[in-house]
Amino acid sequence: MTTTTPTTPVNAPQGPPARPLGKPFGRSKLTSRGIANAVVLIAALYTMLPALWLLLASTKNADALFGSDILSFGDFSFGRNLSDLFSMDGGLYGEWYVNSLLYAVVGALVGSLISVAAGYAFDKYEFRHKEKLFGLVLTGVMVPPTVLALPLYLVASNIGMVNTFWSVFIPVLFNPFGVYLARLLSSGYVPNEVLEASRVDGAGELQTYVRVSLRMLGPGFVTVFLFQLTAIWNNFFLPMVMLSDQHLYPLSLGLYTWNSAATVSPEYYPLVVIGSLLAVVPLIVAFVMLQRYWKSGLTAGSVK
Amino acid sequence: MSSKGAAPPSTAAADPPRRTGRRQQRVAAAVLLTPFTALLVAVFLVPVGYAIYLSLFSEDHEGLGFGGGRTVFTGLRSYLSVLQDPSFLSGFGTIALYCVIFVPLVVISALALGLLLDSGLVRMRRTAQMLVYLPHAVPGIIAAVIWLYLYTPGLSPVIKLFAQADITIDFLGLHTVLPSIVNIALWSGLGYNMIIFYAALQALPREVIEAATIDGAGGIRTALQVKVPIIRGSVVMVCMFSLIGALQLFTEPMLMNQATPMVNSRFTPNMYIYDAAFRRNNYGLASAASIILLIVTCVLSYAVTRWSGRRERRA
Repeated sequence: MTTTTPTTPVNAPQGPPARPLGKPFGRSKLTSRGIANAVVLIAALYTMLPALWLLLASTKNADALFGSDILSFGDFSFGRNLSDLFSMDGGLYGEWYVNSLLYAVVGALVGSLISVAAGYAFDKYEFRHKEKLFGLVLTGVMVPPTVLALPLYLVASNIGMVNTFWSVFIPVLFNPFGVYLARLLSSGYVPNEVLEASRVDGAGELQTYVRVSLRMLGPGFVTVFLFQLTAIWNNFFLPMVMLSDQHLYPLSLGLYTWNSAATVSPEYYPLVVIGSLLAVVPLIVAFVMLQRYWKSGLTAGSVK
Repeated sequence: MSSKGAAPPSTAAADPPRRTGRRQQRVAAAVLLTPFTALLVAVFLVPVGYAIYLSLFSEDHEGLGFGGGRTVFTGLRSYLSVLQDPSFLSGFGTIALYCVIFVPLVVISALALGLLLDSGLVRMRRTAQMLVYLPHAVPGIIAAVIWLYLYTPGLSPVIKLFAQADITIDFLGLHTVLPSIVNIALWSGLGYNMIIFYAALQALPREVIEAATIDGAGGIRTALQVKVPIIRGSVVMVCMFSLIGALQLFTEPMLMNQATPMVNSRFTPNMYIYDAAFRRNNYGLASAASIILLIVTCVLSYAVTRWSGRRERRA
């Protein structure tokens, strides 16, 4: 403790290392830049053109959809299509939209609260059979929801829950991948020292969770929420199995039935197109709004 | 050192509060886990258990079936009939072929894009990311609707474009329908997987990359021999989720089923299950098929993780 080692290290780091000699990509840097940009541009065109088609096609009436050039605007009927969309079949589309929002937004909110709580408990607390229970969670991650849909239907029909709101809403709350992710994120975002400090201050465990940890888990929560929102908005098999009442349908199933109807009555075609366009909007809005948090959540998840 | 600070409380005094603390922790864990555990039981364990139970029985319809069928224990007979059903097995064949095309395609192209974005050579990186990512925000059924329109003769601007160059192309033919489905999945999944790779690459310690550059490794060599091996975990994850996703294949072929006779109603295992349960009303058969699909999924995921784990240990 009292040795007289010089406190000034001799081999102190001498600032950032000098720039490497030569350019990293040699003489061909210009060409590689060109190729790289071209590849990314092609990828962007590949992903954007069908979306652009959807946008243009939604401005066309049924005749023009089949007849005219996709780029011509002579028959601009976006407004007509829009009003047709919401008046067709007694305004079913509006109902589907509300249903989808209920299933997806409320479901993802409640579901990610449940998953984050469980993931946090797995990370921070010791209890009996913890790793066995977590093994069950991992099995749940591997099991595709579509495999569970039929068994769920059979149970639901036994207890008389088939063709109700709850038959779709309750199963989508179950998100084992969210629990797995939340455990990972909790160990990354919530330092154990914070819990210790909170305990010393005399705060209860649950109080600490709600007031301190949940706040630190913000980006993790957003990540789990977005994953689940997308999954529920995409959900197709489960509602198809569970629901027979059109008024309970989410957008995915509703648009599917209209698309089937279109083979017989072509007036549905423009409605499926513009209906699909509107159905995409909430997810894009959610992603653009929450992108920043979501990204940091993803990074934390992938480092491990 | 001079760590005097506050004297630690004597053990005699500390014991009771610590014990209540531990009890409090156990209570907190229980409270936080209860909702999830309830869901785990209600929508996972009970349905799977019930499906196993149902798969061992069969409805025996006598006469006209009035007065309900009789439920008879048939043991593993449903499993045998599923496993001997050529249409179920061909569903797995379809999935296998789909995987052979899809998994390398999506992994390699997403990885290439991730590496390009990470290399710093690309302009407008954020915009490019957003544009490539965008289809992931398009629900699967809608992606399928969009592409189905682009595949439909008379509607598709793509087919018209090819026709102008005197090329007749049929996206819904016998040999093209599977690649057409792969294309939908690639379109939806490319950006998402690219972001996963990109995020992993961004998290790499910069010193490692600098060291490789100083050692004289070019951009491509650094990418393939330094960056890719380090993010191997993400690559395995993407492979696994692509495989599991493939086993779920339902939405796209179900929609194709309306448009082309090349996709029949038992095209994939999931469609087989749907067909057995809701068109043929054979719950025993459908349950057995569900359980088989579940087992295959678990075995496959386990194999992938084990295999990658062994690779990692050897490396």
